[in-house]
Amino acid sequence: MSNTKSNPPQERERPDEREVRAEQDRETARELGAAGSQLSTAPREETLANLPAMGIVGWVRWFWRQLTSMRVALILLFLLSLGAIPGSLIPQNSVDELKVQTFKGLHTTVTPIYEKLQFFDVYSSVWFSAIYILLFISLIGCIVPRTGTFIGQLRSRAPGAPKRLTRLPAYTTWRTEAEPEDVREAARVMMRKRRYRAHVDGDAVAAEKGYLREAGNLMFHIALIVMLVAFAWGQLFKSEGAKLIVEGDGFSNTITQYDDFKSGSLFDQDSLAPFSFTLDNFVGTYERSGPQIGTPRTYEAHVTYADGAYGKPKKTVIKVNDPLVVDGTKVYLNAHGYAPVVSVKDGRGKEVYKAAVPLLPLDNNVTSSGAIKVLDGYRDKGGKKDQLGFQAFFVPTFAGNGKGTMFSQFPAADMPVLALNGFHGSIGVNSGIAQNVYQLNTSKMKEFKDSKGKQLKQRLLVGETMKLPDGAGSIKFEGIQEWASFQISEQPASGWALTGAIGAIAGLAGSLFIQRRRIWVRAVRGEDGVTVVEMAGLGRSESAKLPEELADLAVTLNAAAPTAPGPDNDPDTDPDPDVVDASSAEPFEGAEK
Amino acid sequence: MNLAAATNENLAHTSNVLIYSSMAVYTLAFFAHIAEWVFGSRSKVGRTAAALTSEEAAAATVKVEVAQKSGSTAVLDRPKIVTRSAAGSRDVPDGPGAAGGTFKGDLYGRIAVSLTALAFLVQAGGVLARAMSVRRAPWGNMYEFSITFSVVVVAAYLVLLALKKNVRWMGLLLVTAVLLDLGIATTLLYTSSDQLVPALHSYWLWIHVSTAIICGAVFFIGGAGTLMYLFRDSYESKIANGGRPGAFAESVLSRLPAASSLDKFSYRINAAVFPLWTFTIIAGAIWAGDAWGRYWGWDPKEVWSFITWVAYACYLHARATAGWKGRKAAYLALIAFGCWIFNYYGVNIFVTGKHSYAGV
Ligand code: HEM
Repeated sequence: MSNTKSNPPQERERPDEREVRAEQDRETARELGAAGSQLSTAPREETLANLPAMGIVGWVRWFWRQLTSMRVALILLFLLSLGAIPGSLIPQNSVDELKVQTFKGLHTTVTPIYEKLQFFDVYSSVWFSAIYILLFISLIGCIVPRTGTFIGQLRSRAPGAPKRLTRLPAYTTWRTEAEPEDVREAARVMMRKRRYRAHVDGDAVAAEKGYLREAGNLMFHIALIVMLVAFAWGQLFKSEGAKLIVEGDGFSNTITQYDDFKSGSLFDQDSLAPFSFTLDNFVGTYERSGPQIGTPRTYEAHVTYADGAYGKPKKTVIKVNDPLVVDGTKVYLNAHGYAPVVSVKDGRGKEVYKAAVPLLPLDNNVTSSGAIKVLDGYRDKGGKKDQLGFQAFFVPTFAGNGKGTMFSQFPAADMPVLALNGFHGSIGVNSGIAQNVYQLNTSKMKEFKDSKGKQLKQRLLVGETMKLPDGAGSIKFEGIQEWASFQISEQPASGWALTGAIGAIAGLAGSLFIQRRRIWVRAVRGEDGVTVVEMAGLGRSESAKLPEELADLAVTLNAAAPTAPGPDNDPDTDPDPDVVDASSAEPFEGAEK
Repeated sequence: MNLAAATNENLAHTSNVLIYSSMAVYTLAFFAHIAEWVFGSRSKVGRTAAALTSEEAAAATVKVEVAQKSGSTAVLDRPKIVTRSAAGSRDVPDGPGAAGGTFKGDLYGRIAVSLTALAFLVQAGGVLARAMSVRRAPWGNMYEFSITFSVVVVAAYLVLLALKKNVRWMGLLLVTAVLLDLGIATTLLYTSSDQLVPALHSYWLWIHVSTAIICGAVFFIGGAGTLMYLFRDSYESKIANGGRPGAFAESVLSRLPAASSLDKFSYRINAAVFPLWTFTIIAGAIWAGDAWGRYWGWDPKEVWSFITWVAYACYLHARATAGWKGRKAAYLALIAFGCWIFNYYGVNIFVTGKHSYAGV
């Protein structure tokens, strides 16, 4: 769209717009002088060209100044957001180790590179830490001098009026017959009443308001530090573990009792809070109709817990968003499932096993699977020692015979069915390899066969028994219990993190919604002996509110220093005596009228 | 199927009908806006290139009403407040708006705004019916989130209009975006009904997600301002440097508000909503603390909220730093809004994390 080629030559000579604007900037800065300074505590920008005089001290000082400059803060902030990206796209060890393993298996070419770059642990990687540590050093290096500047500003007074008030963003003037001193005094009193910090400086009143903006800004940045320190502290000292508990069973908070346990690098085992609890009952009810069928309506674990080794037992209910808090440790309800109770008789007819076996849910309707392992005590018909294993499949609500599906239709135990197939032989627990409780390793086991020579499989209702062939015994589905799994975690300093967060929001609101502004009122006797009043305002940024506020102030002051009649008062408009009368209804003491 | 289920089905159906109807009305509003721009382009009132380069300071009079003794009020013209733009900014007046000061253009503009308001009511009804049919907040999946998001965007626009802010210039952009959003929602993202996992049963769902949606809507409006600022700014600087913009650019861009107004507008919008965004993230962290046992776990959704937050902080910093005002800061604002959008669509579609229950 542009047609640079046809630009007439004289237009080429026009200075670039940017230069013109920069020149205007400098000019205004000169004119405003001290008046515009210190309206914020932001550090002055220095150019990179300011290379230091050589010498280590010089370099260190230079480096420090760079690090604490706004420009570098900006760059570091940008790097921080950029650096966070890979961690959201590549699986992270800290989030899901299994996923990382799968990823590594699938992407063998990039894996070594990613590993070098610590892309599987972005948020604890050297480079990510470097960014945020630099940022926070920069932050501290920024806050300390800014706080100093701010305290200095609070102690000192608003700077005197610049020479030419007409140069300011909002300006007004009128002539009055009031004495200049009286106008100034009236202005000072008025500004004070409006909670400005005001004082008379020479021929003008200087007033300033909105210091809370700076205070809010400093508070926000300090709150960021509080949050970071609290977060880091929490990461270093946290502990987190999981435990699955069947109704009636208990847990006491020691490492050996956990199914799975993770902790921060400075965590100390002895610091686990000494408490214990028992799962009395799990209650789950589910929506029976409508589009949300199957959605949990009540989903709660009733527990009895004791705080400390000898604490008095207390009853409480743990829900999904409502953890039990004991001694700074939180117990969350994570998941729930069924544990069919089975009993096994051996070849001699003796009951050798009876237990509630927790099974893992596979879907929202709690179709579950797992393994039943009879390790000791079992003897076959001939009295020989053996081990039994069963692969178990459980549905709380069976679709019905001939429906061709063994998936549960509903999460509640409406029509529970347990499907089993059995093995005997060595389960392999003694081989030293850690075994998954929910899986059966059948490599050293033999299937039980039915009369047709096929694998023995049977679906059982509660109370039914599956007979093992050749008098090998039997297994009975006795009943159902439910289990709940809990996440037990302790993250110290989260209270501090919350305090920091609230402080950050409050500070931010103050910093962004409060305007810091200055008003000057100058009153001097003109050549003709009539007082000339000038008012002008300057804000941090251009704001529509500043002229409004100035107008408001001007009208108030105008009542005390009424506009003098005179043809040259305002060349644009005819003086309107009515209006002047109205506003001078209460003449100021010093008025000459 | 029992009675309750049937009512729910009916409500869900009503909701769909209302959403489709609102799309039809938005389409009419779209055409009315087009008519506004077309009729407006035939006028040259007050928007010649010469007017843009005027060196005169814009003087504005703030009229002040003073109560008279008699009880009536008189408008006091004096003291007159003379305002002056900050040094270094161009003293360029705002353009006349899409209608270009023409009667016909303005008429179509008004029709477009009325149609937008009507479509908003219909769409809001659709969202409400959806919420009632699933008996929960209408943001359990991407479809619901999308329809709620655009209804809040339009609400924010209408509120700004009602506050007599100069936002009519964004009408066409807004209606186009809403139509796109609804089009994607009804075709690609539609989900008939959805279950909520227990973790979503919390009042934090209401607080956290509703503020997230409000932030997104307001960020959208700020982003629209920034985008237009970039166009208008290059147009103005071309004229200031003695260039001549093309006819189409001239016709469209000259009718927009001045670059400095647009810049200020988007800064105010973004700055005003930034604390709310901070709150949204913190509310999310508190909820995560209650639901998952850790308040921050670098889940992709959390990461992208954080990135968005840092990007907006970057933008606010840039505004406070001398060398980064203007276009550079504007690019940062657009990047930040892009992060917000990615956090919603990108993360839900391409990345899976704990938040993936939101469902595509
Ligand atoms: C974690 C990093 C940081 C974040 C998230 C952050 C965020 C913010 C935000 C949102 C504002 C806007 C508030 C306002 O405009 O009043 C702000 C202002 C400011 N920040 Fe930061 N900041 C960070 C680090 C820093 C650092 C390292 C410095 C110093 C080098 C710094 C110096 C400032 C200054 C001087 C202002 C006020 C500018 C003004 O007066 O308008 N910040 N910061």
